[in-house]
Amino acid sequence: MLSTAVHLANSTPSQLLPSREMMAFTLASHILLVPFGVALPFITLVMHYRALRRNDPVALKLARRWSAVMAVQFAIGVVTGTVLSFEFGLLWPGMMGRWGDVFGLGFGVEAWAFFLEAVMIAVYLYGWRRLKPWTHFWLAVPLPLAAVMGAFGIIAANAWMNTPRGFTLDAQGVPVDVDVRKAVFTPMFGPEYWHFVVAMFMTAGYVVAGVYAVGWLRGRRDRYHKLGFTVPFTIAAILTPVQFFLGDNAARAVFHKQPVKFAAMEIVWKTDTHVPEYVFGRLNADGTIAGGIKIPQLDSILAGFRPDTKVTGLTSVPAADRPTPTEATIVHFAFDIMATIGSVLILLALWYAWIWWRHRDLPLNRLFFRVAAIAGAACLVTVECGWVTTEVGRQPWIVYNNMRVSEAVTHTQAAGIWATLGVVIAVYVAVFGSFLAVVLKMRTRWRIADEAAAGTLAPVDPEVDTPYGPRGAPDPAAVGAATGSRSESGPSGGAR
Amino acid sequence: MMADTIAWVLIVVIAAYACGGGTDYGAGFWDLLAGGADRGKRPRWLIDRAMAPVWEVNNVWLIFVLILMWTGFPTMFQAVFTALWLPLLLAAVGTVLRGAGFALRKPSRRIARRRIFGAVFAIASLLTPYFLGSVLGGVASGRVAVGTPASAHVWSNPTSILAGLLAIAATAFLGAVFLSTDARRFGAEDLVDYFRLRAVLAFGAVVVLAVIALPVTHHDARYVWHGLTRGLGLLFVVLAAFFGVATVLLLMVRAHRWTRYTSVATVALAVVAWGFAQRPYLLPTTLTVAQGAGAPHALRWLGLVALIAVVLVGPALALVYRLDTKGRLQELTDTDTHAAGLPGDNL
Repeated sequence: MLSTAVHLANSTPSQLLPSREMMAFTLASHILLVPFGVALPFITLVMHYRALRRNDPVALKLARRWSAVMAVQFAIGVVTGTVLSFEFGLLWPGMMGRWGDVFGLGFGVEAWAFFLEAVMIAVYLYGWRRLKPWTHFWLAVPLPLAAVMGAFGIIAANAWMNTPRGFTLDAQGVPVDVDVRKAVFTPMFGPEYWHFVVAMFMTAGYVVAGVYAVGWLRGRRDRYHKLGFTVPFTIAAILTPVQFFLGDNAARAVFHKQPVKFAAMEIVWKTDTHVPEYVFGRLNADGTIAGGIKIPQLDSILAGFRPDTKVTGLTSVPAADRPTPTEATIVHFAFDIMATIGSVLILLALWYAWIWWRHRDLPLNRLFFRVAAIAGAACLVTVECGWVTTEVGRQPWIVYNNMRVSEAVTHTQAAGIWATLGVVIAVYVAVFGSFLAVVLKMRTRWRIADEAAAGTLAPVDPEVDTPYGPRGAPDPAAVGAATGSRSESGPSGGAR
Repeated sequence: MMADTIAWVLIVVIAAYACGGGTDYGAGFWDLLAGGADRGKRPRWLIDRAMAPVWEVNNVWLIFVLILMWTGFPTMFQAVFTALWLPLLLAAVGTVLRGAGFALRKPSRRIARRRIFGAVFAIASLLTPYFLGSVLGGVASGRVAVGTPASAHVWSNPTSILAGLLAIAATAFLGAVFLSTDARRFGAEDLVDYFRLRAVLAFGAVVVLAVIALPVTHHDARYVWHGLTRGLGLLFVVLAAFFGVATVLLLMVRAHRWTRYTSVATVALAVVAWGFAQRPYLLPTTLTVAQGAGAPHALRWLGLVALIAVVLVGPALALVYRLDTKGRLQELTDTDTHAAGLPGDNL
């Protein structure tokens, strides 16, 4: 067993690189849509609730527009996600063949959760016109639960790859005595799951808020933009400090359960106490570190709260069993970028909280809105970084300490996979480009309509005004709510 | 015992995908053949409107199939994905193009853009079921065994080609039957007969392909051929044929109320017949269900997960299909979201 492992490690099959690139590319693309699949329904429902509860036509307009975006985004997410299921077989048949029954159950849970999500999202997206307002709302309330349940399945599978258990190996190295409960609830599952779910809600919140922050910076300071900014931004800002603790907790769980990955995250070469923390910096092949800011003792303190905490180094395991120096540097950069952005977001959230506490209003500072406008993009970067940290940090293992990526890879020839990767990149660029173009076009249509409505006192089109279905005359309460609000409500109020 | 149960769950889910996904693919097939922008305007309007609320749900079955395969029968999953690499890859790419094309076509307001997205959607709707069908044919013909390397003959043999074409014809049949009923539901009387005719033609194509397949697969897919021509396999083939003929007769007398159910029964029973014919093999004639089954403990849990899925997903599915058939699910329009037209819009 050991000799074959060493043999395999030394003879990296040529199809390994294109397979990894293809998995990386398709997952990196798909993961950008995941925050919206998981959290946009919740944010939309919060806005929807406000609309129904307060009879607020601006909130209703926002909820409807978000759900129109959701319709397209969810569809692209479904198809890019389906590709990933195929890739398990197309790229990593060795992993699925040996371990499929051990860790596949999480996917089973994900499948029905996702099924429920697809059903409920269909009812929600297509129920605006003909369902009763509150019935429509309540039918969608389980939606965030199903989304979070779906994430449960995926993270259970990924956490198992990080800290596999729930089986014993027989003489041939085949897993026997499978214990599914142990395989689903692995040591990394809890920290990874909560960190991931909160990241999804934060990212969706900051991205959606960022859209309205840009509008605000461009001078569109009406109630529509204020509401569109405040609701998602508040959700994200509340979660930001929570995420800080969860992220710290996840890092410490890695320190305990996957010490070699932790060593890569912090580029620790030799096992030692009083280990310094490097902020960025590159790991050289000889174990020295180039660049970066060195903070003495800090890594040990972060890992175990004391300077004399012993931190396992990369060299604690043979070179064939740990990430290469280049991989370790990638992991380290990904981890540090994630931590840096997270810290900046904390400051942003505190700023927001301070102003809200003092003035009960949004900050008036342009810098605040500038930072808020890029917070969403920064969050998407952290999502990618978090994923790079956990996946590259596990190299060369696909199942930590149990199966190498090179043992799992398909036997398809490298040239074929490179060619496929080319096709897939072309298809994805076209699909994501078209998706972005369609969403931007929707935004333009809405902006033009709102601007036209702001310019006239009378409604543009009498049919525009019915919040739910064809009801004839505009709801008098709705008009009252719109005109009775702040003076900035002119544009959207005028649309009523 | 548990392994057999999971194998049957897999068959049922494949049948569900063949019916749910199949209806969708069929709609795409008729979208492809609807003609130019003017002539095809009304059929495409109907296809868009009928498909939109349920297509994602219909396609989640496929993810279920894959998960049941790798959790329940990991060695079979590995063997199938190794030997049938290319058709499965093409099916995956087809799924992306199809879904993306359909989802992006709806919000487009220019004919040129709609044409591009529509063409991508329609062509992918043709190719994806073909490749999935050819994968099934490759397995049924006994060309896949554990360790079979990827090669063209596994999926470019007579059985695979016929299975791929049958998949297209069956989806076209389902799609036309459903669209005909949808046309009535949406009050588009002209389209009822339009799709009624197409449903009958598609069924004709199914029959022709089945007749060709009978002698051709006798030697090419010997084990499954024998399973389908005797015992329970034969019984289900006969039942499938009965419901198929019943569908055509109901279409002829314009009794649209039941056609959807009979057409679904046709396809589902045909899949079940294949399941009986292939017993006890996952991969005829090299890997049985018992040999290919995953760990017993995992299978028991998988059975439980499947049961929970039935309890939770069943009512939800019933709800969405009910709301959909009652016409309660409608797309948000530009007026609902307060969207303005843009220069260049021509729809």
